[in-house]
Amino acid sequence: MELKDKLVSSFLAFDEQYQVDDDVQQIRNQAIKDFETLGFPSRKEEAWKYTSLKSALKHDYSIFPKKEDAIEYTQIKKYLNHDIDTYDLVFIDGIYSSHLSNTTHDKIDVCLMSSALNKDKFKPVIDNYFNKLAPKNGLNALNTAFTKEGAYIHIHKNIMADKPIQIINFSTGNESSLLLQPRNLIVVDENSHVQIIEKHQSLTDHPVLTNSVTEIFADRRAIVDYYKIQNDKETSSLIDNTFIEQKDESNCSVHTFSFGGNLTRNNLNFYQKGERIDSTLKGVTIIEGKQHVDHNTLVHHIYPNCESHQDYKGIFSDKSVGVFNGKVVVEKEAQKTNAYQSNNNILVDDKATINSKPQLEIFADDVRCSHGCTIGQLDEDALFYLQSRGIPRKEARGLLMYAFANNVLESVKIPEIKKRINNLIAEKLGIELGFNL
Amino acid sequence: MAYTEDDLKKELETKEYEYGFYTDIESDTLPVGLNEDIVRAISKKKEEPEWMTEWRLEAFRAWQEMEEPEWANVHYQKPDFQNISYYSAPNKKPKYDSLDEVDPELLDTFKKLGISIDEQKKLAGVAVDVVMDSVSVTTTFKKTLAEKGIIFCSISEAIKEHPELVKKYIGSVVPKKDNFYAALNSAVFSDGSFCYIPKGVRCPMELSTYFRINQAGTGQFERTLVIADESSYVSYLEGCTAPMRDENQLHAAVVELIALDNAEIKYSTVQNWFPGGKDGKGGVFNFVTKRGLCEKNAKISWTQVETGSAVTWKYPSCVLKGDNSVGEFYSIAVTNNYQQADTGTKMIHLGKNTRSTIISKGISAGKSQNSYRGLVQINPRAENARNFSQCDSLLMGNACGAHTFPYIEAKNKTAKVEHEATTSKIGEDQIFYCNQRGIDTEKAIALIVNGFSKEVLNKLPMEFAVEAQKLLEISLEGSVG
Repeated sequence: MELKDKLVSSFLAFDEQYQVDDDVQQIRNQAIKDFETLGFPSRKEEAWKYTSLKSALKHDYSIFPKKEDAIEYTQIKKYLNHDIDTYDLVFIDGIYSSHLSNTTHDKIDVCLMSSALNKDKFKPVIDNYFNKLAPKNGLNALNTAFTKEGAYIHIHKNIMADKPIQIINFSTGNESSLLLQPRNLIVVDENSHVQIIEKHQSLTDHPVLTNSVTEIFADRRAIVDYYKIQNDKETSSLIDNTFIEQKDESNCSVHTFSFGGNLTRNNLNFYQKGERIDSTLKGVTIIEGKQHVDHNTLVHHIYPNCESHQDYKGIFSDKSVGVFNGKVVVEKEAQKTNAYQSNNNILVDDKATINSKPQLEIFADDVRCSHGCTIGQLDEDALFYLQSRGIPRKEARGLLMYAFANNVLESVKIPEIKKRINNLIAEKLGIELGFNL
Repeated sequence: MAYTEDDLKKELETKEYEYGFYTDIESDTLPVGLNEDIVRAISKKKEEPEWMTEWRLEAFRAWQEMEEPEWANVHYQKPDFQNISYYSAPNKKPKYDSLDEVDPELLDTFKKLGISIDEQKKLAGVAVDVVMDSVSVTTTFKKTLAEKGIIFCSISEAIKEHPELVKKYIGSVVPKKDNFYAALNSAVFSDGSFCYIPKGVRCPMELSTYFRINQAGTGQFERTLVIADESSYVSYLEGCTAPMRDENQLHAAVVELIALDNAEIKYSTVQNWFPGGKDGKGGVFNFVTKRGLCEKNAKISWTQVETGSAVTWKYPSCVLKGDNSVGEFYSIAVTNNYQQADTGTKMIHLGKNTRSTIISKGISAGKSQNSYRGLVQINPRAENARNFSQCDSLLMGNACGAHTFPYIEAKNKTAKVEHEATTSKIGEDQIFYCNQRGIDTEKAIALIVNGFSKEVLNKLPMEFAVEAQKLLEISLEGSVG
């Protein structure tokens, strides 16, 4: 049976098993109808021209994973950050693991989507924000229909979250293949500040497909730093849909580090609903083998005096494929917009491919918008310089690539994360740094 | 009172189309509509051989299966293909030996266009193959060219006189089933130019053709085929203006360039068809397929100045098949009022050490939409391929739009591809700087716009530069000095 049909037919059973209040249930019912008509995107759609979901959709995914497996702390120890104190939301096969997590309701709400959907206390927030941002398409509709679990984060007015929040999704491989659909909602009120780290990790080689939707609302003068670390096994695929709405003078940044996985698609949309907003989208992609990473970004400038910065770097080895599809839309009202978009790529091997499509759609005249895109190699002169100083060629190449990717790291605001990613990059490139940032 | 950008904007909006006139020449027009009989009739009228008729019919059958493309960033009322007359030729055929025999009204038309044939004959040294409503009326300097072995004639003449060349190359770069409009053109093309430069010959003059859409309700389907044999060089110019019409006119041309080993073709276009009125009524639909094929060490350079047409849909492309071949694309697209342009290029790198350069300048004013859409494709075999693209847009007023849709696909690790795009308006500080030095605002804007497009204007051949500037002025009067 086709995956689509299987999903549609198992919706009823799902709906009965995971009851929610009427409003949300209605949204879910509508979403499954939308999914039935829209289905999975195909390469005929312009936004999916360079990425085919076929390889990810071919497995017979189980939709109802077995109950939580007693996972040993030692198994996952290496995937956790020990050097920083964080709030943790750990999900195992899509099910919340209380003994591995660390939640709070003190000033800020860091808890579960499932409890937020059922408790009256959270109803106003859910009513106001849930499913308000995700545009209607097959993947979003599918996720919405199967909404049951995920992270719920609410930072109240004038609060600075005292430590970063980690969202980690593990898959155990108890099922031969598994479809996960986490649904996250993050609401950051006026003058608040939060830092979030998101990770997906499978523990075995069984195929996993994650179709995740995250909605983020940043109210006036809020600051949101979001870090996505995608360093998964070659058998797992990830479709990450993140939508961010910003109000006046808010500042949001999303850093995406893609170092692994079979197929990774990042749909990242920013909607600027106010003035003097700053949005930052940065990413480093270093992949090899037959991996495929697709960054599909949209920054929608609607009001005047806003800025956006995009900087995506990619290093592609073996037969890997990189896609960058960045779009900046500047509406008529959005005068004095400053939009910057850059995509730099290095192809290491002959079979590697990069497809880049940086787009500008501009309807306002008093703007400064620019984009740049390059595909190239390492500078032979620079290599020679390093070699002439006794650094072996292989290491010299590694160092230069490290330098190429590194400047995205400069805007990472959590030192421990910076260090960790720094090491990850070095490890990926096979060099020993001998220093830490 | 100081001349401000607003004044310029107003002027641009109110500027009427200067070349809107209609020459009253009796035309030999086929009934409206399109079916196999019409295709046969066109072929018969042109006294074409059997293989050409078959070729047209094949294209027509393919076209019937095709759907009109909708991916371009333009919106318009689709033309009714059954409501167009597919053939119209000035009645007073056949060839003229001297200018005196040419219909005086026609000569008048050219005078209004500012391309006096006499003048060009004497001064410019340009051989003009004048195409008026699809049929070649006069060809000058043919003799000079013939001495060098250069063939420059209408395509219908070439089909009759050089069938081996036409048969070999027509449809080889733009296959007859390439796209909707190319297929339509292949089925019904009425006339066009044919040019063949023999081995090792450097064409001594700029070759040029002027197209005019004249007869009301006539679609114009030009077919141009330029073949530069090994180690030859040719510079080909094409310019167009059309009279003012209320109903939309369709223009679906096909241009094929073939540059064999070590050859070079320079193809320049100035397009100034009727852009439609201030309210967006009327105007020409310009759906053109232009493509060039480069063999070893060959070079093709496209230069275009697009100021007219209500809707433009045009991507002059280069297939860099041979090693060390070079493709270039220089473009200025000016849109005003309700004009829409979706234009750009495709650079397909197949051979080793191939290079391409793309310089695109878009200027949008009024309520127009100006898009750049380009593809740079580096194929796995294309070692050391190099591309540089630059797309700049200038916006005048806040009712217009400028869009950039570059597609970059690299499948070879030695590829070097750079793409850059900027969008801005004329800076207050730039104008202030000029004012400070005693240059008034009008001149300052002229200076800046001129400087903005200079990289492309410079690429136009000398003989054409004057004409190009004249045509630019219609769209942006007061800003191009």
